[in-house]
Amino acid sequence: MPEAKPTNNDSASADEGVQIDLISGARMDGLASMEKIRLILDSVRDGKIVILEEGLSPEEESRLIEVTMSEINPDGFTGLEIETYPSTQAATKGLLDRIMGRESTKKLTVIGPANQIKTLHKDETLISALVSRK
Amino acid sequence: MCTEWKIGVYALQPSDRPDAREAREVRMGLLTNLKDSISKVTDRLFADSEPKRIGIYGPPNAGKTTLANRIAIDWAGDTVGPESHIPHETRRARRKENVTIERNNQTVTIDVVDTPGVTTKVDYKEFLDHDMEKEDAVRRSREATEGVAEAMHWLREDVDGVIYVLDSTQDPFTQVNTMLIGIIESRDLPVLIFANKTDLEDANVQQVANAFPQHETVPLSALEGNNMDEVYDKIAEYFG
Ligand SMILES: Nc1nc2c(ncn2[C@@H]2O[C@H](COP(=O)(O)OP(=O)(O)O)[C@@H](O)[C@H]2O)c(=O)[nH]1
Ligand SMILES: [Mg+2]
Repeated sequence: MPEAKPTNNDSASADEGVQIDLISGARMDGLASMEKIRLILDSVRDGKIVILEEGLSPEEESRLIEVTMSEINPDGFTGLEIETYPSTQAATKGLLDRIMGRESTKKLTVIGPANQIKTLHKDETLISALVSRK
Repeated sequence: MCTEWKIGVYALQPSDRPDAREAREVRMGLLTNLKDSISKVTDRLFADSEPKRIGIYGPPNAGKTTLANRIAIDWAGDTVGPESHIPHETRRARRKENVTIERNNQTVTIDVVDTPGVTTKVDYKEFLDHDMEKEDAVRRSREATEGVAEAMHWLREDVDGVIYVLDSTQDPFTQVNTMLIGIIESRDLPVLIFANKTDLEDANVQQVANAFPQHETVPLSALEGNNMDEVYDKIAEYFG
């Protein structure tokens, strides 16, 4: 990977280690979809690992993939690694939620730079990842 | 169509006051649902004249193009696009229109949309392993990222049903599969899971079925043409 752009003062620098941001559901609730996506992508492109307490809605995940694709470039960003527990929703989604278009999306989500995070194991109760310093 | 598009753009407005946004999101939820019900009614009314657009989704190399070509050859006498063992061969969504499938005494007309395999990462260096020059690999990866973005867009705006193709020799419990199925479910689209490559020795159809128990799984070999009768029965049943 090329040198991470040290434009941001609090970005994790290679010799210091890897920065991990745990973002609460409350903090994400205050943001619009595109603000959430921007926050995630800016952090990940800075080499940070982002852990979301409550994850994203399917719609937001879809847009996150789309925006990620538009920002991938050959000499820097290769995309992201994202892990959530496999959901066991569908059947348990409430009728009112469906009518109102609300999805229950409270699932811990880990997102990091594709070239720095590697999922070792994942099942319904455990996500194990290897993070490397770049 | 025009109003739908406007609603989409409105939802994208990035920053305004949270309370206004909340109210709008509730409104939007209602609007979207109202719009959905209207379009479902109109879909039914125009069922005979307007073919359903069926998107073929799934990870790279699952056999999406092989399947799309087989459907197109069987029912329209023509292919959709090239198949390849190199990931991201399909870098543009390709459409075969008006494929009419006859089952028993029923006919279904669909537009088959073959999409690039969805992923959250693309590294041009992976193409270098396939004997490609750097310049080619970079161009190919750029096309691949555009294709994936386009495929996500199609999924949000332009498909009426989804065939989700998986390679039965691979672990189905991947993040991309989980996310994509979640996105498809949130849009209430009819979906069939196709467990492909059953001709291979280590195919594990049961594992695929277990991964998505809420959906019907159909085993097949798109390459060998195995179990295509059931494939077409299910397509007619789900998307007719
Ligand atoms: N053995 C076997 N190989 C298949 C089958 N379907 C597709 N393939 C092969 O898998 C590779 C990827 O196929 P392709 O249709 O291009 O996959 P796509 O990326 O999902 O569009 C090609 O080498 C195909 O020949 C199948 O049913 N059995
Ligand atoms: Mg293809």
